[in-house]
Amino acid sequence: MSGLASESVSASTPAVRHRLAERGIDPQLFLLVPATVFVVALFIYPFCYGIAVSLQPAQGGALAAYRAFFTDAYQRDTITTTLAIALPAALFNVFAAVPIAYRMRGRFRGKRLLTTVLVVPITLGTVLTAEGLLNFLGPTGWFNRILLSTHLVDQPVTLTHNYWGVCLSLVITGFPFAFLLVLSYLSGIDPTLERAAATLGAGWAQRFFRITLPLLAPGLATTFCLTFVLAFSVFPSAILVGDPTGGTRVISIAAYEAAYVRYDYAAASATAIVMGAVELVVISIVLGLRSLFYTGSTAGGKG
Amino acid sequence: MTGFETLRLDGVTRRFGGADALAGLDLEIRRGEFIALLGPSGCGKSTALNCLAGLLPLSGGSIWRDGTRLDTLPPERRGFGMVFQNYALFPHMSVRKNVSFGLRMRGLPRAEIRRRTDDAIRLVHLEEHAGKLPGQLSGGQQQRVAIARAVVVEPSLVLMDEPLSNLDAKLRLEMRTEIRRLHQNLGLTTVYVTHDQEEALSMADRLVVLRAGRVQQIGSPEEVHTRPANRHVADFLGFRNLLPGALLADGEININDLGVRTKGTPVGPISDGDAIVAAIRPEDVLVRSGGVEVTVEVAAYHGREIAAEARTADGLHLHLRTSQRLAPGDKVSVVLPPDRLLVFPA
Repeated sequence: MSGLASESVSASTPAVRHRLAERGIDPQLFLLVPATVFVVALFIYPFCYGIAVSLQPAQGGALAAYRAFFTDAYQRDTITTTLAIALPAALFNVFAAVPIAYRMRGRFRGKRLLTTVLVVPITLGTVLTAEGLLNFLGPTGWFNRILLSTHLVDQPVTLTHNYWGVCLSLVITGFPFAFLLVLSYLSGIDPTLERAAATLGAGWAQRFFRITLPLLAPGLATTFCLTFVLAFSVFPSAILVGDPTGGTRVISIAAYEAAYVRYDYAAASATAIVMGAVELVVISIVLGLRSLFYTGSTAGGKG
Repeated sequence: MTGFETLRLDGVTRRFGGADALAGLDLEIRRGEFIALLGPSGCGKSTALNCLAGLLPLSGGSIWRDGTRLDTLPPERRGFGMVFQNYALFPHMSVRKNVSFGLRMRGLPRAEIRRRTDDAIRLVHLEEHAGKLPGQLSGGQQQRVAIARAVVVEPSLVLMDEPLSNLDAKLRLEMRTEIRRLHQNLGLTTVYVTHDQEEALSMADRLVVLRAGRVQQIGSPEEVHTRPANRHVADFLGFRNLLPGALLADGEININDLGVRTKGTPVGPISDGDAIVAAIRPEDVLVRSGGVEVTVEVAAYHGREIAAEARTADGLHLHLRTSQRLAPGDKVSVVLPPDRLLVFPA
């Protein structure tokens, strides 16, 4: 009798989780609390701390560190220097990844091996890549020795300790990321769409440019943003295979010098905030363009 | 229209990893015909369609449109329309852009593209939805877009790969008549792949029944329905009772566990004493006195009829359909009419 009574009570008052669900609360979301604390403690707090430090320079008003950065051409020009390296490198990585991933989107023998070969540079790290570049492409490296011995050039081609060294390093380490992302975006596009286009009379170029590329474009924008951010924060290769006092004096070098050469933490923080702001501007532009494309499902109908 | 008189498939063969998915398909399609490729999944019917469309290269054989060899051409140069099982609508294009795609690929004048696109959209009753994206349409509407997109280019041949299998039962019946009507009104030549025997029988002029990559029978719906060429075709076309037995002298047959001797209609070469399979549809089994005593085991309600599974005293299972209200446990007498009982070699 008492069992029946308690059953009827629990039947009329739904369980706590059902009542929460009705208000749109999923109690399992509380599992995200540790991750949120982690992000707040390790990203948001230092970020705000950095802004605060950048606004408290030793001399001058609150914006003195920023004014100093933008009035000094030696500091200011690091923005264009970095953009001049990061934008072409990111663009190249994305657009080189497209045709390779496009050829590799189906299933074929040896796909796993080929993917591994293309992705291995991720594991190398910038220092190892820089060392390799210096050995292979340096003035006495095999690349120049071949060019010289075949009399294609009279003097060694300079590909290290300048702009091209950094660009090559960014391509070697950034391409695998771009390739993997583009490949996964491409694999998500229903292959029957291209087959349908073919039966409607579209040749391969029309199939690619009218069907695949428009569906891939949002993915390319996202891929570009990620590779751009990676390239924009270039530091080791700018020093190791670049010209850190001249042509490849990138913004992260400027921040490093301010912090650990001049011990001017306000200037260093201001430089870092400027760096973040520039990245944010580029990403906003790209994501703004992305929203002009179709961004919905890439399936051809009910599957 | 780039028409043709006949389209000939000459020993079309396709192998996947050493196994024949399609072995030596010979078929002649005449202009204006509606051909259904029918068979269970994995029988090679979709392979045949993809070979015809040019989406799969042949492992052997050839395809001819009148005097022109087709199988060496890429799909975009064959001029066939195709309706895919999942419709394969371009998700980033409106209904109008989807339908006009084939016309734009042919580089036709803008006015003609607009006129023919409008006509095609009107044909499938989607005028109000012309500006929508495929994702905003229901399954039936998407399917009609796919058909409009395939027929707008006035293809010499329309290929349909199980186009109705994603629709609900009511819509499926409506679209059957719709597709058949389009076929007649537009004077299309259609090759239609399906695993649904009712669909194939009701829509096609000719059926090609496939099994394990091989043609079992080619014939009109009536021929295939009433005279299946072998026991596999019979099995696939609704002869649910496949009863093993032996042929005796004088055309009599003995069906194992039936209890009595009976007569049937032989199909194919059989001689006295051979093992046979006797096939009969459930609806051809008559519940009538003077036959074999059976006990009803399962009875399922099908509107006007009851589909029942019954068993003879010796344990032979029989499927039957009758308008009598049978219930499990009922004992009735059934008769197997000799003209409906087909006898195949085992």
